[in-house]
Amino acid sequence: MSKTIMTVDDSASVRQMVSFTLKQLGHHIVEAANGMDALKKMDLKPIDMLITDINMPELDGISLVKKVRENPAYRFIPIIMLTTESQAEKKQEGKAAGATGWIVKPFRPDQLIAVVKKVLG
Amino acid sequence: MSNGLEELKKTFRAEAMELLAALESSLLELECSPGNQETIGSIFRVFHTLKGTGAMCGFDEISHFTHEIETLYDMVRCGKITPDKELIDVTLAAGDLIKQFLTLDESSTGELAEQEAGLLAAFRKFMPQEASAAPSGKTSGAVAPGAPPVQAKQVTYRVRFKPFKEIFRGGTNPVLLLSELRGLGDCTIAAHTDAIPDIYEMDAEACYTFWDAILTTDKGLDAIRDIFIFVENESELKIDIIDNGESSLGVLDYKRLGEILVEKRELRREDLEAVLQTRKLLGEMLIEKGLVDPQTVEMALTEQERLKQIRENRLKIESMANIRVSSQKLDKLVNLVGELVTVQARLSQTCAARNDAILLSISEEVERLTMELRDNTMDIRMMPIGSTFSSLKRVVRDLSIELGKQVELITDGGETELDKTVIEKLHDPLVHLIRNSLDHGVELPAAREKAGKSAGGIIHLAAAHSGDHVVIQIMDDGKGLDPRKIREKAVKSGLIQQDEQLSEREIYELILAPGFTTAEGVTSVSGRGVGMDVVKKAVDALRGSIHIESHLGYGTTITLVLPLTLAIIEGLLVRIGGDHFVLPLSLVEECMELTGKDISRHHGRHIADVRGKVVPYIRLREHFMTEGARPEIEQIVIVNSDNHRIGLVVDSVIGGHQTVIKTLGKVFRDIRGVSGASILGDGSVCLIVDVEKLIHSIEKEEVAG
Repeated sequence: MSKTIMTVDDSASVRQMVSFTLKQLGHHIVEAANGMDALKKMDLKPIDMLITDINMPELDGISLVKKVRENPAYRFIPIIMLTTESQAEKKQEGKAAGATGWIVKPFRPDQLIAVVKKVLG
Repeated sequence: MSNGLEELKKTFRAEAMELLAALESSLLELECSPGNQETIGSIFRVFHTLKGTGAMCGFDEISHFTHEIETLYDMVRCGKITPDKELIDVTLAAGDLIKQFLTLDESSTGELAEQEAGLLAAFRKFMPQEASAAPSGKTSGAVAPGAPPVQAKQVTYRVRFKPFKEIFRGGTNPVLLLSELRGLGDCTIAAHTDAIPDIYEMDAEACYTFWDAILTTDKGLDAIRDIFIFVENESELKIDIIDNGESSLGVLDYKRLGEILVEKRELRREDLEAVLQTRKLLGEMLIEKGLVDPQTVEMALTEQERLKQIRENRLKIESMANIRVSSQKLDKLVNLVGELVTVQARLSQTCAARNDAILLSISEEVERLTMELRDNTMDIRMMPIGSTFSSLKRVVRDLSIELGKQVELITDGGETELDKTVIEKLHDPLVHLIRNSLDHGVELPAAREKAGKSAGGIIHLAAAHSGDHVVIQIMDDGKGLDPRKIREKAVKSGLIQQDEQLSEREIYELILAPGFTTAEGVTSVSGRGVGMDVVKKAVDALRGSIHIESHLGYGTTITLVLPLTLAIIEGLLVRIGGDHFVLPLSLVEECMELTGKDISRHHGRHIADVRGKVVPYIRLREHFMTEGARPEIEQIVIVNSDNHRIGLVVDSVIGGHQTVIKTLGKVFRDIRGVSGASILGDGSVCLIVDVEKLIHSIEKEEVAG
């Protein structure tokens, strides 16, 4: 079933890669450049899942996750963080903030697809 | 698709160019102020981003090249390497090389390899000795070199996944994880739902369920762990290997049930041994004693069964004669047929609305085939009840010896066929009833002779078809039930009031109440007051009914009326407000109108005239508290159960409906007046009215009012 997935990253190419990959699964993708942008956009159009980077200007990924979870509509949606190997401790920090899981960058499209299927069905 | 990829590369190129421009200015800045941590940090991040994003966008050379530079700058960041002019020069050159990687098309990047190697060598010179060797091994980390070649062996695991209550808050859907687990191989999953509280106490955002799975897979333990990686800290995960895939010549039988439970720490060994002293099926007894819940036993039995199967298959023992189908597969088939019946109803409904002759004839054909398929499927599940009868003979024989009575069991109609599930669930109630007849009914030989009967008693067990029901009778020629005694006991134990007026039949039915016993002392056979109410519960669960007849001094007859099958019934579809309900058609006698005139004639009392006879009615609208006004002309459906006729008032009668019964689940199971649910042609849910319980409740109200 087609879902709306938001990808939040300050890197346009990461967003595009996520978007390109997930569109092949038939999902609808909304892109946001940072946490603030993401919050604004998800208020305009409801999303079913969030994939967010951690280091971003304006509002970082972990703060974004916390804010998203405060919204009753988004309390139970899957949220995936994009981390890097050097950010191992961020995984747990993100989990504590309310993230569902994580993907370690760099990742291949099939890894992204596997994780999306795991949390979104 | 290729367009999307090209687009992606284009975006990356633009982004990388920006990053490289930023890199250049950072490097120049560093040259002026060598110790600036912020500048070093931003240089590191450029390489970090180029590496990560490059790999994702298909620029493997860039990713590979920047990896080592990133490692080096990480050390710079940590103060292990001091940046000097030489390092800055090499880094600037590296930036230029990356630019070339970006601008050249992929086929010609090979020419840059030499340059790349030269630069990497230059970078390595800056590395401290012991570190310089390490990273190259890391880069190609696809396969760990030390790992032994794993032969794909089918290993069987026992997995317990017990999420913490709060698991939903992280956006996790445990069901998806379980279906992922299922994808690894042959997998049986059982849910433990015992902890789900009553609906009023339930926190809808908490997870009360946990799961046990038996999984046979060649993917290995890590693959299983990987599935649950996101919830490692939010759940209890226990994985045990229960069959390692080694050949197991000669050992077909897996561990005994008790051993499995003890090993899983569900049960203490002492408790197990205490229980083993007695002689019933272990699983049943453990459940009865409340040591283990039914699902746990079920799962352990599944494990036992599965392992046996696996080992059987491995030994390639194949039965050549009949096709043996597991009842699970059969259940699945019945389920599918049920769904098909539902969809077919929807098709018929849609076609009727279209008024298209061709479509209509196709839909009629589908209907005919569906019905045939349904009947055939139900037929596969039918089994003669005879096998249960013969096991009862043994019970009677053993018990007569124990009690010093001479009793013969005569059976009749053993060839009568019933749904397999019904037969299985009927076994225990029948044993209870026969034991009761033997213990309470048939007298000792001396007493019988005194009463002028033959010394040997007879218990007659008979089964026969009657419409879409099966009637099973247990008749004994014993002393019969004493209504006075039952009454006294019932008053004493508070089941009825001293002055309550009851018919003889109602008095007999008191023995079905929980906790009722007339036996003076407790024997090993019966008399603990558990028994008849358990029988009643079991029969109720099968949507059947019990009737008791007795003549003091001449014997008792207990009649069980059971439906042929549990899966599908013929129903009458009615509407109340916006809701649909189904009444079992077998109980419906007729339908008639109820107008305002009729109501005022009886001064608002809930009584209707049915061909000169007075019949009380229940307005289902009120019973189910349906909102909205009732229509001017309502319909009364006259139902008859056990010779009690009552009317059920509904808004309108829609018509016959093939009802595929779905259970309501644990949370709603005690709702009064509803026995199940079904799905209508348009996909909406309708409830199946429990007519017998309704009749019962109206009688109670009458007595009370």
